[in-house]
Amino acid sequence: MAEETPRSEAQAPSAPPSAAKPAPAAKPAAAPKAAGHGAAKAVPLATLTPEMQQLQQHFGENVIAPAPYVGVLLQDKSRLPEVAAYLRDELKYDSVTNLTAVDYIKDGYFEVVYHFQRSTGGEPLTLKVRVPRPQGNDLSEPVPSITSIYAGADFQEREVYDMYGIPFSGHPDLRRILLWEGFYGWPLRKDWREAYYEGDTKPFDSRWPGGHHQLAEERVPWADNVNYPPGFDPLNFHANPDAGLYDSMAEGVPGLKVATKNGHSESETTVLGNGQALAEDEELRTDQIIVNMGPQHPSTHGVLRMVVKLDGETVTDLKLVLGYLHRNHEKIGERNTWLHNIPYTDRLDYIVGMANEWGYVLTVEKMMGIKPTERAEYLRVLMAELTRIQSHFWAIGFLLNDLGAFYTPALYFITERDLILDFFESVTGSRLMCNYFRFGGVSRDLTEAQLAQVKELAFERIPRKIDELEELLTDNEIVKARTIGVGYLPADRSINYSLTGPCLRAAGVPYDIRRADPYGIYDRFDFEIPVLYGADVYDRYRIRVLEMRESLKIVQQCLQQMEQTKWGDIQAGKKAYNHRVPAGQAYARVETPKGELGFYLVSDGGQNPYRYHIRSSSFINLTSLKEMVVGHKVADAVVILGSLDIVLGEVDR
Amino acid sequence: MAEMVNRPLPTDFPNDPRVPEELRNNVFITTLDKLYNWGRKRSMWPMLFGLACCAIEMIATAASRHDLARFGWELMRASPRQADLMIVAGTVTKKMVPQIVRLYNQMPEPRYVIAMGACATAGGPFKEGYNVVSGIDKFIPVDVYITGCPPRPEALLHSFIKLQQKIEQQSLRTVPWYRPGADDVIPVPMLGPDLVDMRRAEEIRQKAAAAQQPIAAQEG
Repeated sequence: MAEETPRSEAQAPSAPPSAAKPAPAAKPAAAPKAAGHGAAKAVPLATLTPEMQQLQQHFGENVIAPAPYVGVLLQDKSRLPEVAAYLRDELKYDSVTNLTAVDYIKDGYFEVVYHFQRSTGGEPLTLKVRVPRPQGNDLSEPVPSITSIYAGADFQEREVYDMYGIPFSGHPDLRRILLWEGFYGWPLRKDWREAYYEGDTKPFDSRWPGGHHQLAEERVPWADNVNYPPGFDPLNFHANPDAGLYDSMAEGVPGLKVATKNGHSESETTVLGNGQALAEDEELRTDQIIVNMGPQHPSTHGVLRMVVKLDGETVTDLKLVLGYLHRNHEKIGERNTWLHNIPYTDRLDYIVGMANEWGYVLTVEKMMGIKPTERAEYLRVLMAELTRIQSHFWAIGFLLNDLGAFYTPALYFITERDLILDFFESVTGSRLMCNYFRFGGVSRDLTEAQLAQVKELAFERIPRKIDELEELLTDNEIVKARTIGVGYLPADRSINYSLTGPCLRAAGVPYDIRRADPYGIYDRFDFEIPVLYGADVYDRYRIRVLEMRESLKIVQQCLQQMEQTKWGDIQAGKKAYNHRVPAGQAYARVETPKGELGFYLVSDGGQNPYRYHIRSSSFINLTSLKEMVVGHKVADAVVILGSLDIVLGEVDR
Repeated sequence: MAEMVNRPLPTDFPNDPRVPEELRNNVFITTLDKLYNWGRKRSMWPMLFGLACCAIEMIATAASRHDLARFGWELMRASPRQADLMIVAGTVTKKMVPQIVRLYNQMPEPRYVIAMGACATAGGPFKEGYNVVSGIDKFIPVDVYITGCPPRPEALLHSFIKLQQKIEQQSLRTVPWYRPGADDVIPVPMLGPDLVDMRRAEEIRQKAAAAQQPIAAQEG
């Protein structure tokens, strides 16, 4: 930290006198010892924004109190649906952009954190709800589900349930989402330890005992990365990792046989499905079937599993099974030091590594109150926008793959993408996992040769290639026939599903974080947020082309303006390995090519994040897939999935 | 064909009086192994199957710049029944490993496995994760390992060359797939309270029965 800059507004500890007073001291939440863990120090309470004050006035100070650091605290969790409905209908917070939980083990409660957002822009509103921590592996008290008000909460609530064992009462399909039914424990609880546990936070002392290398397998009791409860008998155990998956899909599927037991017992199966076909006319009666697509399937963009119910070729129901690439970013991230996490963010959405880095670095900078140098700001924009161009090349290429134009269009676009990756490689040292951003700057500046390389791309080659792309595809008969009107999801539904990114903008909502909640130096560039109104696969393709052109405009301006900045001035303050982030919380987001990527970080003042949550756009965008797909043919389901442009590394994290 | 032609023949073949006049300069002699391996190594069909980040580099390898087709390996098959080679490209998670083992079991012999990248080799940067398998070789045999996170396309090409060298050295007399027991399938791991390697089931049962409390990871 070079200078003593004021902390960002989100954490400003001093409340203006006009702001609402903290709730009376008798309330359990009024004097929270949360987050800080330095019990002696008083934790600053949030400054209430006008919207929060309005919420407080409506529900009363007994219900809504300022939370530590940021946001408001709902004292009575049973009133959550009421508050959520008020937020949506009166205050116009029309989507729940982020939903997660934090385990404050020392204070003995879980805090469920909601970030509500307006599709017209602005900072999100933070609402927190607390539940007491249960004993051992038990479930906690339930929190009311808000899925009936915000459809976008569906997967996010399931994730909180999966990671913390907090049930959501009223959730239509509350099952584990990233792990499997029957998994032992709730991994993100602070007292839950993974099999290779070495210590709570890195750096670990045990890595080099006596200067010698030791395999983790040699250190742990089961000699592998596993852990079983006492008395576990694998030979008499009937595993049912998909328990409950097919229950709601049985209607109209005769003879659907599912295992019902999950544990030490005789195996047992039940026949679900009543054999009733949907067609009323007996003559036209057809049986429906359930087909599992994936996790190994050429069209699922990785290891996604779609369970589709088919009537002939028409999809009548769809469920997603996720978690086949669940790599425990959040648990590992809480063990890592702040700096350790930067290369991990590259591996979230591995197509757009540098955009992810920006999201994380931005959040940490918000907490530390530092600002990157001018030169670094330009380099960040340059990298992020080139990332957007190459990601959209990739997305369009593989959308065409899904349409059946197998590989040829993709080959054209991968060639262009490779040229951009060459530039990344020459600057950062790696094609995909660039590890380029630092707190307060970036790691390397450009040489003359690299500048020439990127200028050739930005001013000569890529504009020409985008024209070529459009010539090939935009008026192509087959592309149009296969995509227009397919996967329609209107704007209001899209918002309610917390859809973000190009898919939302193709539905007529001009929402882009670069303008809606600006970060970096995007206010200096002349560019537009393209918006289309078709809300179908065709417009999702077209919006990507338009965005590539806008990104190119930004890159060109960026390269011109960058000449005014001082070469080599890329790091604010000194380079450091051990960053101490002041105790606090922050949520910051960036517009990646896939949508909104947010990080919710909690610091207790130490070297490591106390909580490291990733709000991933691919994951939340998938919530809406069912509504887009049902009614279409199964071949279109593949195309619609391709138009969402998900990356499994970010879906499962 | 080049290397077979260029290799010196064991005898002065064209002038050998035992060879009839009309066959001279028309016949090549080689071993059955060489012919068999020569054909196999140049027409491997990899399985169209990617797990994570490494799959992106695998696709880049197949694209025009790096051009997998030069090796005769470009025909990626989505069905394991038609594939000779499994490239485990990415992090192997516990939830995914039953499917990978099942796919491996479904591949016909002779079959090969390349562990692409740090994760597939040993768990990589995610090794300590609770849902990550410390390398696919805990479950299926691996022929070639590649380092890197992710390995560059050139590294993947290098692994193909290494695998070709391995294939060249195999002999019909000793290859495992003509031996008894070659059809044995690898038991598919179970997703119980944690991933269960069924080959270790008895050991796990005994250890878990002896334990009064959750072992190691759960205390305090």
